[in-house]
Amino acid sequence: MSNWLIQHWLVFLFTLRRLLATPVASLLNIAIMGIALSLPVGVYVLLQNVQGLAAQAAGAPQISVFLAKDASKDDVAQTGKRLAQLDDIERIEFVPREQALDQLKHSTGLADVIGGLSQNPLPDAYILYPKTADLKVLEGLRDRLQTWPKLEHVQLDSAWARKLEALLGFVRLAVLILASLLSIALVAITFNTIRLQILTKRDEIEVSKLIGATHAFIRRPFLYFGLLQGLLAGAAAWLIISLSLYLLNRSLAGLAELYASNFTLHHLSAGDSLSLLLFSAYLGWLGAWLSVSQHLWQIEPK
Amino acid sequence: MIKFTQVSKRYPGGYEALKNVGFEIEEGEIAFLTGHSGAGKSTLLKLIAAIERPNGGSIVVKGQNVGSLKSGALPFLRRNLGLIFQDHKLLFDRSVFDNVILPLQICGFDHRESAKRARAALDKVGLLAREKANPIALSGGEQQRLCIARAIVNRPTILLADEPTGNLDSAYADEIMSIFKSFHQVGVTLLIATHDENVLRQSDGRRLLLKHGELQP
Repeated sequence: MSNWLIQHWLVFLFTLRRLLATPVASLLNIAIMGIALSLPVGVYVLLQNVQGLAAQAAGAPQISVFLAKDASKDDVAQTGKRLAQLDDIERIEFVPREQALDQLKHSTGLADVIGGLSQNPLPDAYILYPKTADLKVLEGLRDRLQTWPKLEHVQLDSAWARKLEALLGFVRLAVLILASLLSIALVAITFNTIRLQILTKRDEIEVSKLIGATHAFIRRPFLYFGLLQGLLAGAAAWLIISLSLYLLNRSLAGLAELYASNFTLHHLSAGDSLSLLLFSAYLGWLGAWLSVSQHLWQIEPK
Repeated sequence: MIKFTQVSKRYPGGYEALKNVGFEIEEGEIAFLTGHSGAGKSTLLKLIAAIERPNGGSIVVKGQNVGSLKSGALPFLRRNLGLIFQDHKLLFDRSVFDNVILPLQICGFDHRESAKRARAALDKVGLLAREKANPIALSGGEQQRLCIARAIVNRPTILLADEPTGNLDSAYADEIMSIFKSFHQVGVTLLIATHDENVLRQSDGRRLLLKHGELQP
């Protein structure tokens, strides 16, 4: 067992030496593969960030019910009672028009403008906090409320979140397509690298076969090479994304300050980083395996 | 140890390299395969190591029918054979030592034990002092001895040599023959293909004479 491990360790060291023996070629290969990988992964990182932002902003869905301007105090109370009887609602909050105006003054810095108004343009409103986040149910509820009397407008606040979700779904699909295509490119690059190596190692392969090397033994260093190159390409992609995020965050800091926000772009999670490395290593291995099974049998001793 | 029964080998294009060849070599025997070049000596050796496959007949090596071995089983047949090639087939991208240790690495031997054995084999052929050299820096005779060291490092029970004294002057050739004789003394079965009259005169092993692919009585 330990001897078997030593054998693999020796092959690993041998592969590493082979990689280092042609530093420029290896580096360029890894860079190409790393850049190819960093494209879909980078978009994925941005996507994750936007998604986090959207979830944060949207929170639990709300339904805002704005009463008509000409609604009397009685109408308002009546509507409040009817709303309280609805099944799907967790809690109701009443926002009188004066309070709404107050909030508007404080939160937007439009105090001067609002102070100049001769009358309050805002209606009374109820904010409903539904029990469910199911958009279908909420939309049904909104449509029902819209038929009630003395209501100016019923707004489902998560409607934009839904639009965003649709947009994100679109981008996610684009990432998936991009990732698939570039994965194939990665496999192709490794395939070709290993093909060239096999051609230059022709003598070694032939002699090894003559003195009793099994296919597994001959294949091993090439598979290790593909695996290692893929792994390094994954690490390169990770570094490229780190650097890009660092630069983006630096310029974002100024922008966020203007909006009084401390929004920063987050890097890949530890789990996602590990997946990236494993997946790129796997792609390298796959390319090497395809290449080896395609070319090795052609080299037979004569 | 090695048994040929009505073996024939035809190459694509119709050239018949071997016709109806049959012989048997006992364990521990030393035998010489002679004949003009093109008589089929190399082909015969290649058939034993399953580098070529016969078109007819059976070849049994150490109780295994070589002709019907699956390709996955070939490595394990070849590990029992020490092959010495006329063109040496050395690897010039590594040192003399690394050339000799290769068969042991292939068999998955313990690393330290392998190094010991490799040095012993180099010592046997008188190349221990050159272990760090690149084989390209060796003379023809030294390269041939290196090839022998690589063939014996695995302690095979059968040694097959194709023109081992091919392009060497007689002093080198004598050296190599004395190495072979020492293997014969420890019980290794040897089959040596040669048309070197000097070698044949000095040795008293059995002779198998090939003529146009047929074994002469």
